[in-house]
Amino acid sequence: MKDKLNVIVMNGTVDKLLAMATIVSGAVAMGKEVNLFVTFWGLMAFKKGAWQDPSQQKLPAEYQEFGPMMQERMQSMGINPWMQTLMTAKEIGEVKVYACSMTKDMFGMELDQMEDVVDGEKGVAGFISMCDDAEVLVF
Amino acid sequence: MADTNVKQEIDARGSACPGPLMELIRGIKASGTGDVVAVLSSDPGSNKDIPDWVEKIGYELVANEDHGDYHRFVVRKSK
Repeated sequence: MKDKLNVIVMNGTVDKLLAMATIVSGAVAMGKEVNLFVTFWGLMAFKKGAWQDPSQQKLPAEYQEFGPMMQERMQSMGINPWMQTLMTAKEIGEVKVYACSMTKDMFGMELDQMEDVVDGEKGVAGFISMCDDAEVLVF
Repeated sequence: MADTNVKQEIDARGSACPGPLMELIRGIKASGTGDVVAVLSSDPGSNKDIPDWVEKIGYELVANEDHGDYHRFVVRKSK
């Protein structure tokens, strides 16, 4: 098992973001170093405050009918919002979050408009060069 | 009983995966070698997750008590 996990976060829907944050938590718990490369709709979800704003939380169209039920179950089961889970993972272990430079420019976003968990930006070559000794997941 | 040595007891009941494990890790990180930390969890997943984590990290699971609607895990930071 490699001791580094790199995750490409491409999707901005809460189902995938929640699964991503939970898996990242498991990885840091088991002592792995984690790097996130956040791109496309994933990057939009890292915009400051987006995770707390119901109007900016999305589900894939085919699962939209499950939205209210999911929200209710998350509350009754004590499942934290994905960003909070990611913040806890970062507090407990080695998690670095990099915004994709190209997406950032495409959306006209600046780093200071993103959540504080974002450590900086990287181009694709920079991220791929970090993957030689890592397992890579796409979310 | 090892219980008398529990330095910190964390109540993570009502929190779902990965909450209780994360709370335990936070508590253990803030503890010294040899300290014993207990965590209460009502998340059924913890019953697999916490022992797996303890084994992987190489600490000691002093107790895993079944209290019906929650478990109490007692962990020694043995190194």
